[in-house]
Amino acid sequence: MNALDLYKGQVPAWCPGCGNLPILETLKGALAELGIRPRDITIVSGIGQAAKLPHYLKCNTFNGLHGRALPPATGIRLANHEMPVIVISGDGDCYGEGGNHLIHAIRRNINVTLLVHDNQIYGLTKGQASPTTTQGVVTKTQPFGANASELNPMSMAIGLDCSFVARGYAADTAFLKSIMKEAINHKGFALVDILQPCVTFNKLNTYKWYTERVYRLDESYNPYDRVGAFKLVVESADKIPTGIIYINNNPTFEEQIPILKEVPLVKQGFSMKDTLKELDKFF
Amino acid sequence: MDYTILIGGEAGQGLQTIGGVLARLFSRMGYHVFSHQDYMSRVRGGHNFYQLRFGDEEISSSREKAHIIVALDLATIELHKDSLEANGIIVYDAQFIKKTFTGPEYLNVPFDKIAVENGGDKIMSNTAAIGAVLGMLRMEMTLLEEIIHKNLKKKGSDMINKNIMTAKAGYNYAVNACTQCAFSPHIQDKSGHMLIDTSQAIGVGATMSGCKFYCGYPMTPSTGVMNYIASNAHEHSIVVEQTEDEISSINMALGASYAGVRAMTGSSGGGFALMAEGVSLAGMTELPVVITLAQRPGPATGLPTRTEQGDLLFVLHAGHGEFPRVVFAPGNPDQGIHLTNKAFDLAEKYQIPAFIITDQYIADAQWTYESIDTEDLVYTDYRLRAEEGAEVEDAYKRYDFSEGPVSPLAVPGVSNRLVVVDSDEHDEDGHMIEDAETRVKMVQKRVLQKHPLIQKEIDPPLFYGNNKPDVVITGWGSTYGIIKDAITLLGKTHNIAMLHFSQIYPFPLTEKLDYLKILSGARATICVENNATGQFAYLMHAETGYKFTHNINHFDGRPFLLDGLIGEINECVRSI
Repeated sequence: MNALDLYKGQVPAWCPGCGNLPILETLKGALAELGIRPRDITIVSGIGQAAKLPHYLKCNTFNGLHGRALPPATGIRLANHEMPVIVISGDGDCYGEGGNHLIHAIRRNINVTLLVHDNQIYGLTKGQASPTTTQGVVTKTQPFGANASELNPMSMAIGLDCSFVARGYAADTAFLKSIMKEAINHKGFALVDILQPCVTFNKLNTYKWYTERVYRLDESYNPYDRVGAFKLVVESADKIPTGIIYINNNPTFEEQIPILKEVPLVKQGFSMKDTLKELDKFF
Repeated sequence: MDYTILIGGEAGQGLQTIGGVLARLFSRMGYHVFSHQDYMSRVRGGHNFYQLRFGDEEISSSREKAHIIVALDLATIELHKDSLEANGIIVYDAQFIKKTFTGPEYLNVPFDKIAVENGGDKIMSNTAAIGAVLGMLRMEMTLLEEIIHKNLKKKGSDMINKNIMTAKAGYNYAVNACTQCAFSPHIQDKSGHMLIDTSQAIGVGATMSGCKFYCGYPMTPSTGVMNYIASNAHEHSIVVEQTEDEISSINMALGASYAGVRAMTGSSGGGFALMAEGVSLAGMTELPVVITLAQRPGPATGLPTRTEQGDLLFVLHAGHGEFPRVVFAPGNPDQGIHLTNKAFDLAEKYQIPAFIITDQYIADAQWTYESIDTEDLVYTDYRLRAEEGAEVEDAYKRYDFSEGPVSPLAVPGVSNRLVVVDSDEHDEDGHMIEDAETRVKMVQKRVLQKHPLIQKEIDPPLFYGNNKPDVVITGWGSTYGIIKDAITLLGKTHNIAMLHFSQIYPFPLTEKLDYLKILSGARATICVENNATGQFAYLMHAETGYKFTHNINHFDGRPFLLDGLIGEINECVRSI
């Protein structure tokens, strides 16, 4: 176990009471317990309040564009499959702007851990509806209420046969940490949707609202049953299960590429000498 | 000697196979070959053609008239019969196209019947056509047999023998039937030439420059580069990924680049437009990446399979905000290899996006060379990689001001340094900032100080022709070959020269070659571009204040052809 001080980054610029704060501390704890040093890991993010996280946690950082965290994360894994990669995103960044990349990252089964800080609202742009905002909620830009039905990221991921699907709650940090550790250790694409109150802009999904609804899945639950997992996440309207909802052991993207079987691409080196016969092919 | 063969037909009839085999055959025989393709955006039907020109001398363009037209359908005869040279021959299968033509310029060869009788299957009718063309030219069959052996190795000896018999039968039929054929190609004593197109050349350049990662989304006419690199993926250990969209392509390439490998992506038209935000990310994070853009006529979907030089100003400005870049536009495969190599080198050296722009015409056009010199290609690894000792990670600053405009780029995970890159404006450590002082320093480093260094690396335009020209033809990118051939022909009667720009941005300085002096000494200066608005002429004026006296602009989606361009140049010259 590493000391938590090792991960000390910049001072967070989030609101007091923000759900991002316990998620940040929980992630530090998970990395410390797994013995992953800052230099060993890359955290990739897009844009949004959650996406600022890698600046607040010492690590290799690729803080890219809004909605576009998964493509560089995929590129990093393909260039160096020995480097653990975590993607930090939010409900707008990942389920809205970057939705297409999410579908295909799940299909590829790239070995990346995706943590989605899901506060069901846009924080950075001050309170517009996100893809997970409850239908009917009125905001400054949805004057007649959000009229699209809310996205269920869990059923979508199970539908796509995502390799690891879990849900955590920002206020249940002990359980969240165990989920994070499982997700990071999982071989394959891991999606962890983290329910997180936005104390400034989301007046519906408050700490109280979540605490009344979330519950922990216990050991009697079988996450390897895809149909059962799907039933669980579409049926529970008043109760929200947290924990590991679905797992499969499908082969990862990286291990299916023959030239990555042994040495990572970045360590394979290059010598122009090996390519000098290239033009002979054209005679 | 200088012969042109046009093979026309519907998509799916195999005219590319016929053209491709003939081009390969002639280049192996030691001729100089140039070919270009004209095709519609469909897999079956329509009208496509493949035009190839071969001769004793170097060739770098297509002519308007053909000596032999291989008509695989009726439309080919109707559309192209007026572009037949005097004494030219149209060869066709009357039974297949259900029409017979009389006249000395028509030669009916029953391709289908020959294929069935000798190969047992109509599928070999294209082989009969190839044999017939060789018969019409009275050329030797031996090399064709060799090529059939090579191309059909996987299909087995039975297939090889049937194809050889069919080719021979087509050959003999044409020799006997074409009494009017009076072609006399000189036998070449030179050894075989290589045959290569510019998409392949860019792929070769990337492979030889240590490109380890290519990702892209299929889009005509950019797919050729991806195909070539994919065909090499195993041999040269290159990861090739087809992404879900072009937004993913550029961002994935930047991820791979960040992680320490040389990365490349490419697209065309709207696909490249989708990349614009990612190009800007490369600018802000100062990550090296090479991007190929194969232009096609726009706006929007435009003419998907046709050619235009309409995206020059877009590439110069693609991506929001201000950041340095280089833009190269090769005019032939040789330049394609060298400029791709230089693009990788400058991208890595200055940590910038580097662009290689082609278009459908130059991407697909095949050229022959005795050889291409690769001795001068460079590979320098500019990254900070493995280093002993674990204590360095705190000292490293990704955007260190003390190292000048180019801060050392460390490889995360491999170098013991923490590497932080951010699309927000950032401090030396890579963490986001908002203060004005850091912003100003960072822009000075990233933009204002880097650009002049890069500009010094840019080579001047290529000058060809008369040393004291009255007439100067200027072009960029794909028009190199056609202008060069025009100058060679016009040089016999005019004091004429060419300035060809292939390293376009940063705009070349005049120190190594004072092209402005050359231009201002001429009576007529003509800028030839395959676009409507004269984008290069605009850039020249913006960068140097120089205004061309004439402009020749085509925007019909078709390439310039030699005879037409000469006519237009003559018109300009007459007007002065």
